Formats: sequence, structure tokens, C-alpha cells
Amino acid sequence: MIRHLLSAADLDHPQALRVLDTAAELLALADRPIKKLPTLRGRTVVNLFFEDSTRTRISFEAAAKRLSADVITFSAKGSSVSKGESLKDTALTLQALGADAVIVRHQSSGAPHRLATSGWVDGSVINAGDGTHEHPTQALLDAFTLRRHLAGGTGDLDGCRVTIVGDVLHSRVARSNALLLSTLGAEVTLVAPPTLLPVGVQTWPVATSYDLDGSLPKSDAVMMLRVQRERGAAGGFFPSPREYSRRYGIDARRMALLPEHAIVMHPGPMNRGVEITAEVADHPRSVIVEQVANGVAVRMAVLYLLLSGSEGGQDR
Amino acid sequence: MPNGSTLIRGVRPLGAKPTDLLLANGTLVATGAQAAEAPADANVVDAAGLVALPGLVDLHTHLREPGREDAETVDSGTRAAALGGFTAVHAMANTDPVADTAGVVEQVWRLGREAGWCDVQPVGAVTIGIAGQRLAELGAMADSAARVRVFSDDGHCVSDAVLMRRALEYVKAFDGVVAQHAQEPRLTEGAQMNEGELSGRLGLTGWPAVAEEAIVARDVLLAAHVGSRLHVCHVSTAGSVEIIRWAKSKGWAVTAEVTPHHLLLTDELVRTYDPRYKVNPPLRSSSDVEALGAGLADGTIDAVATDHAPHPVEDKECEWSAAAMGMLGLETALSVVQQTMVDTGLLDWAGVADRMSTRPAVIGRVPGQGRPLAAGEPANLVLVDPDAQRTVRADRLSSLSRNTPYAGRELPGHVIATFLRGRATVLAGALVQPEPAGVLR
Repeated sequence: MIRHLLSAADLDHPQALRVLDTAAELLALADRPIKKLPTLRGRTVVNLFFEDSTRTRISFEAAAKRLSADVITFSAKGSSVSKGESLKDTALTLQALGADAVIVRHQSSGAPHRLATSGWVDGSVINAGDGTHEHPTQALLDAFTLRRHLAGGTGDLDGCRVTIVGDVLHSRVARSNALLLSTLGAEVTLVAPPTLLPVGVQTWPVATSYDLDGSLPKSDAVMMLRVQRERGAAGGFFPSPREYSRRYGIDARRMALLPEHAIVMHPGPMNRGVEITAEVADHPRSVIVEQVANGVAVRMAVLYLLLSGSEGGQDR
Repeated sequence: MPNGSTLIRGVRPLGAKPTDLLLANGTLVATGAQAAEAPADANVVDAAGLVALPGLVDLHTHLREPGREDAETVDSGTRAAALGGFTAVHAMANTDPVADTAGVVEQVWRLGREAGWCDVQPVGAVTIGIAGQRLAELGAMADSAARVRVFSDDGHCVSDAVLMRRALEYVKAFDGVVAQHAQEPRLTEGAQMNEGELSGRLGLTGWPAVAEEAIVARDVLLAAHVGSRLHVCHVSTAGSVEIIRWAKSKGWAVTAEVTPHHLLLTDELVRTYDPRYKVNPPLRSSSDVEALGAGLADGTIDAVATDHAPHPVEDKECEWSAAAMGMLGLETALSVVQQTMVDTGLLDWAGVADRMSTRPAVIGRVPGQGRPLAAGEPANLVLVDPDAQRTVRADRLSSLSRNTPYAGRELPGHVIATFLRGRATVLAGALVQPEPAGVLR
């Protein structure tokens, strides 16, 4: 298994399947009265969050604890701590504490990559979202959820048609999903206004479209991305949140364009009324809450596979 | 009397046949057979296998003094310059305080004289505080002891079209030139790297080529309109080369420079997220690199300028977006030019002399620099061993900073000696303290 998980592209097809299969086994645990496994007893996992993220932090924390790891959470929100030299100093502190894994969320793209390659820490580095770059465990939980609904819970996503809608330009979720879902054989289509598609997207392993209505009938799943209101007016990426909703939001009318079996996903947190209406968010075919539950199992699998590969801790 | 007289034996001027050069009283007094009739007490430099070039002239150097003496000083920066074969450098104006008054430019100029490693020609800011609002006292800087002829807000673009027009017009009174840092500010807000396929994948905000090209296009038209000299700093895109080629075909007084790093390195290096590769303008694509080399070869781009930009370790030892932009350049420039231009056959050594000495001296109106290697000319010259190979080590550089993008790379060529008005500042590849006279190779 790989040592760090920095990008969804770090996982090849067999490795990605191994994470999903392991997560499936671990998910069964959640139904038992005692949820804990002794697998990572004595190992130290650090949650290093330079950016607010209650959902992802709690998910990783629960995952590590269910594997009996010691969990230290370090929230370094705020500009003075989250800039420059302090990344190095924070890393050196964690190194001194003996972290076996560092789960890092950072507002700067590439910060986890920097931690993993700088020599400042010896442990495994897991990217929990970096800037507008990647969020590989989100893609893994999305793949896991897709597999349960569209592929009978086993194997890969060969031929599944997944449409990802919204602010692709600023979305680490979209980047990681484009890479991972393609690795797993899915046909990914990115739908967005032209201003919110990155330069060079034509070289990605995906199709693109500006037309949501035209894409929905050909989708087995539609994943709505969070769109920050401030990208509108001041950001100038679209004229107004209202116009955005009309052209790229999902509502009951658009939901009806989907095939009967299709599911609706959202990585959260949702902007109800912007990219998704309440009616769709709470619809039986919306799997948004299930995504959260699957997140813990997938993150357990990642921690288990990355850390159990190095018996007895890292060499120092 | 600097070092008495020096006889350089068996050197190849501009790569031509071996000959002798005699330096005395700060002047190249004789070449060939006449040089061999040197006084018996002359210092002798055996230069067999070495190429002689006129001392290099850098149009674009950040010496950081005053204000950031933790990154570089005039003394440390000009030591690096001498080791790189330079006998003159233009010190950029974005110091703290900004070089926007006669007082500051004279201070920098005087520090250069006191250090004595190479001539320091201060660049004056175009606008007060490099704020892009009001013209600085350009005339006072021109008339000062520093004799400023190059004006630049480098680091910032003079983006206001009217202000740029007025600056171009105003400097005509003293034969000055405006050196533009071409970067449309709105198109590059928060920009982190070249905008292209890679910026999209890496999730880093793009710095599109059009942001440079739009300003270059506007400025060549403005320069033509008012009949002024324009110099374009650190050209980085194929499109800019095209625009400058077109402007020159019209006969307009437009000159341009390219940095060594833009001749060699591409944005692929940003995949590492290693801030050593973070620079402004950013590293571009391989097709841009190719166009820049071709433009330098055909003379569209007049000069190589280092944009030597020292930064302290903590400003590079961090995550990408928090890191400072800039790279060291003085001590590696000639090697990079040899690798990219000479060893590839794009330029011969005479061409290197033209692009790294003659033309930059003309653009900067630097007296006594960039002159031919001929009897009667000032003895500013550099001896380079083109057959040497060396592995760059950041901790062996003379600069106070360590932010070289070439650390660990093997580069061809090595500066063996540098002479500033007849005095050796570098011999045997090492600095020679001004007093007492140095040991000979």
C-alpha cells in the first residue's frame, strides 16, 4: 500500500478497490454493539486542521478512535498560525510527539504534499482537503456510496455515469472524484458554467458540458457541488445566485429528468436554495446522509491500510 | 593603482583564436603580439582554454538593501555578481525605503562603490513608493550622482495607461528608459503559477500569459505613439516575443530581456509544490521556453537579465501559497545561458557577449561597460571555462540567501576570473579581496 494519501491519483485500480472492500468490511462493524477494533492500539493519529471543517474532522476522529488509535486534534485556524514558517514548526512539533499519521486540512493547495516531501515528519500524511486541489477521502466515500447503489456493493464502477455539477474550478471534491471515479471505470461528466470550469479541463479523463438539463437523463448519479454565494456578485463568476440556481441548481423538475434509479449526492455542507432545493435534498433518492456514514468506514479503511503496512510504527 | 598590469595568456576572446590581452591602469592596453611585450613585473594569468567576454551587465538585480539586509546586501549581492562574471548590475528599486528619491539611489550607488565588486547602477522607481499613483522625481534621480537612466516599478506593473504614457514621455528629457514589469493586475489577482493544464490540476490560481501580453501590446503602442524608449522586463511568454518582434519590425524603440530561469525551467516543476520554483512571472510551458530561446537567438529579445531575487529561508520553507516569489540568478546565469543557448548552437560566444554585456549596457546607458575587447577600452572582462562542469550547491553560493532553483543540478561552464577596470575581483573562481592584491591563478 502507498505511504501517503495526497491525491486520488495516488491510488491505482487495485488499491482503490482494496480501500473500498476494506471499508465494506469495516462498515459491518458499525452495526455491532461494540464498535471498536484494537488494530491501531498504541499508534498516534494527529488531526491537523488549518481550516474550519467540523464534518471531516469529526469523521476522521471517529475513524481513528474506532481503530483504537490515540487521537490528537490540532486546530490551527487563523492566519497567524496557518502561514509560512508555522507549517514547518507545527510539523516539527508533531514529529516530536511521535505522530504515526498526520491528517491535514489546509487552505493552501499542496500543503499536505509539502508536509509529506519536506522531511519534517516521518509519519503518513493524509490529505483531508487542501485549498482548491484535492480531497481524496471524500472521493473514496463517494465511490463507496456509488458502488453500493449502482454496482451491488462490489467491484468497480465500470460504465456508471456520474455527473458532477457546479463550481469545479474551486472544488477539491470535483478534482479528486474526477480522478478516482475514472480510475474505477465510471464515465464522469462535469457540468458547470464556463467560468467555473478550470483551464485545461479538456485534458482531464472526463466529459464536460454547460447544459445540465441535457446531461441529467444520461446520469446514474448526480453530484451537486457547494457553490459559495460570494463567487457570484463580487467574484464575477456568475451574475447572481438566482441565475446560478436557475441554470445549474437541482430542483424537483430537474430531478424528474433523471432515470428512475439515479441517486443525488452532495459532499456537504449544502446551500439549500442555491445548488439544491430542500425538496431534492430530503428526497428518498438523495443519499447525502448516507455519504456521511460511509465517510467514517472509508477513513477507517485508509488509516488501517496506510498504518498497518508499517508494523510497529515508523522508523525514526 | 589597481594590481599593476596583468597579462592574460592564451585566452579566446569571444571564443575566437587564442591570443594575449594586456591590462594596465584600468584599460585593456594591448592584444596579441603587442600584449606579449608586457612589463616583466606584470601579473600573468594562464588562460589557456578559457573564453574572454566583456564583463557582464545585469539589467535586473534585487540587492535588497536598504530594508531587507537579511536577504541580501549590496556587498553580498555584488560579490555574487562578480563570481557570476558581472562587472555592472542594475539594482532594482523595490527596496524599503523604495528607491524613488535622489537620496536613496545615491545611497545604493555609494554602497556599490564602497563594496567595489562591480558597478552598481540604481534603478529608480517610476512612481512614488511603487504605488502606481504619482510619478516619482525621475529627473532628480537622473541628475543625482547615481545618474539613473532606467526606471521601473518592478514587482508591480505601471498598469495605469496614462501614468505609463507620462513616464515614457518624461524620461525622454534625460535619455531614460521605462522598464515595465508587464502584469495586468486584475487578471493576476492571487495568481500562483502559470495558467494552463497544470494549474487546473494542482488547484493553484493561474497567471495567464495574456496578462503579460496585454500589457506588452499596450506599452509598445504607447511607446510608439509618444516616441519613447520602452524596455520589457523578464519576458516569459511566446506571445510577448511575437508582439516585441512585431514592434521591432516597425522600427519602434522597444527592447526586452529574458531571465535565465525562463530559458531553462518549465511549470512542470511546480508539481513538486516546492516554493523554490515560485517566481514572478511564473515558469511557463516548454513551448514558451522554446520561443524565448529563439527570440533571444534572433535578437528579438535583446538581453539576458537575472532578476536575481534573494529571499530568506523561512520565506521559501513553507507551503506554496505563503512563499515569496523569486529566485537567485547572478552566480548561475552564465552557466544557464551556456547550457540553453551556446551548447545548443543557438548563440556563439560573441552572441552571448552581445546579449549579456553589450546590449544591456546600451539599454541602461552604462558608461564604460559592454565595450569591445579591444585596445584602449576599459578593462572590464570575464574569463570563463566552458568545459567545466559543476553541481550547484545552495550553501556554496556567495549570496546571503539560498533560494536557487538549480541546487543539485549540474551546469556547464565556470567563471574563472572577473576584472573590473583592470582589477581582478575574481581569480581561480574565487573572490579576490581588494587589499592586498590577490594571488594569481
